[in-house]
Amino acid sequence: MLLNQKAKQAVYFSLFRAAAIFSVLILLFVLMFIMKEGAGIISIKFLTSMWSHMDITQGGILPAIIGTLLLGIGVAVVSVPIGICTAIYLNEYAKDNLFTRIIKLAIRNLAGVPSVVYGLFGIAVFVLLLNLNTSLVAASLTLSCMTLPWIITTSEEALKTVPLSFREGSYALGATKWQTIRRNVLPHSLSGMMTGAILGVSRAMGETAPIIMVGATFFMSYLPTSVFDKFMALPYHLYILATQHSSPYAHEYALGTALVLIIMVFMLNLIAFIIRYRLRKKKDW
Amino acid sequence: MTHYWPGSNPRSRDIKEKSIKYFFSIISITALVILLGIFIFLLVTGSKTFSEVSLLDFLSGSDWNPTAYSTPKYGILSLIVGTLMVTFGALAIAIPIGIASAIYLAEIAKPKVREAIKPVVEMIAGIPSVVLGLIGLLVLSPLIARIFSLSHGLNALTASIVVAVMILPTIISISEDVLTSLPKDFREASLALGSTKWQMIRMALLPPALSGIVAAIMLGLGRAVGETMAVLMVAGNSRAMPHSFFDPVRPMTANIAIEIKEVVQGSLHYNSLFAIGLVLFILTFLVNLISDLILERQSRRYKW
Repeated sequence: MLLNQKAKQAVYFSLFRAAAIFSVLILLFVLMFIMKEGAGIISIKFLTSMWSHMDITQGGILPAIIGTLLLGIGVAVVSVPIGICTAIYLNEYAKDNLFTRIIKLAIRNLAGVPSVVYGLFGIAVFVLLLNLNTSLVAASLTLSCMTLPWIITTSEEALKTVPLSFREGSYALGATKWQTIRRNVLPHSLSGMMTGAILGVSRAMGETAPIIMVGATFFMSYLPTSVFDKFMALPYHLYILATQHSSPYAHEYALGTALVLIIMVFMLNLIAFIIRYRLRKKKDW
Repeated sequence: MTHYWPGSNPRSRDIKEKSIKYFFSIISITALVILLGIFIFLLVTGSKTFSEVSLLDFLSGSDWNPTAYSTPKYGILSLIVGTLMVTFGALAIAIPIGIASAIYLAEIAKPKVREAIKPVVEMIAGIPSVVLGLIGLLVLSPLIARIFSLSHGLNALTASIVVAVMILPTIISISEDVLTSLPKDFREASLALGSTKWQMIRMALLPPALSGIVAAIMLGLGRAVGETMAVLMVAGNSRAMPHSFFDPVRPMTANIAIEIKEVVQGSLHYNSLFAIGLVLFILTFLVNLISDLILERQSRRYKW
């Protein structure tokens, strides 16, 4: 009887292990495939020259790299301050009342809104109503709305890790609430907030559907000179190459572009992981 | 008379503290404003559709052809069916793999293995969906076409598999959180009665974790409904009513992304795309709300 149970357990556990290994293999496969197939395309010329639409082998993806970087900066500038202020309010000031609960509900539901719906919102509000046209600033604002719930949630978690005694010690010395937050809470949660912010921005940089709708373009002969210009972006670039471009090399170039995008996103992830790791080691409470 | 330092006048200090608090509280309304803004803009623009197309025809008509020369058709049923097929196909793949992985990570794996696999799962969540779509297009769809001897592999099945990979991290990490947050007593009591580890997982852990796991699945469902790029690239984009998983489909998200660039602002076609957005918004809102309620109840019940 027990032996039978043990055998059953062995079967189930190896199935579970297989499932977990399978998840890991998916990631490895995606990375290996993109690296193997995309690496051949990467060259100095590919990374540093302007896009050539007629003969794609003659050009590079510099404008798409710059566009994606600018977009990331735009999203960070808008969503990080708003996200952190909201998190400070919710974690430090807010009482558990109806207002707070509604705000929290709104944040959680924002996180589940499909990206294409953010795109529609961006068209209606930023592109048409505020008359920003399809531009870098319209795309940054649209993606900021999308990234905001993520930044708020991670910042709130960072604030929660600061022990209550840090605040109490400060109050006991006669400090006001804001003095306490500024000197005793924020310094200890800042790196946690940075981790969340970097991950949020890296997600925004990989997002495609909303920027197709509010600002990205496939071909530009110049780099954007103001925030009201259209821009090229890596995810959109690779989407067009993969699905709509007629060149026989289009798929190879799409893979090369995907590799550059993945490297950018994962470098940001790596930075975030390092910050988080160092933070964990430093923490001694 | 008491003398105060200029900066520490209790009155001005009070005012400063109060205004800082109000500053933060006003900024924190942003999230609510965005959510309401999304809803209002979708509702206002989308509902204009229904002055010309009845709501019933819109939801139950299976012909979507707004650009037809003679009689444009505005029925989104085939698009809804496309969304549902890809969503439930993805869930059918991701639920068993996701829950099994979560059980392995939470209960079976050694701490070292667990610490190694968890960041990997997070990294899958970090892969841009357009990159997964590219892999689906270049690797998976030819493979599907070959296995089932189809003329091409751009269909609901391929889209389901790609979307399953995308929602896997959500299901794994939330289910795992739910399992690890169960009190230790459950495990100890079961083991003390002489159960094997598997009996303990099956009889003492899975039943109380069930509602939390359902919530994880619902969050995955919400993501699958909203996924755009991957389905746009591999689902085939046909507007015809699909009959099997080997037919190409065009889910609602893909339809919006394809057509929004070509429509004239203010036209019936433009408004109807917002109406589709409204359907998506309401659908994901309900799904998220329900999973939220479940998770909250779960965390309240096992907090001790």
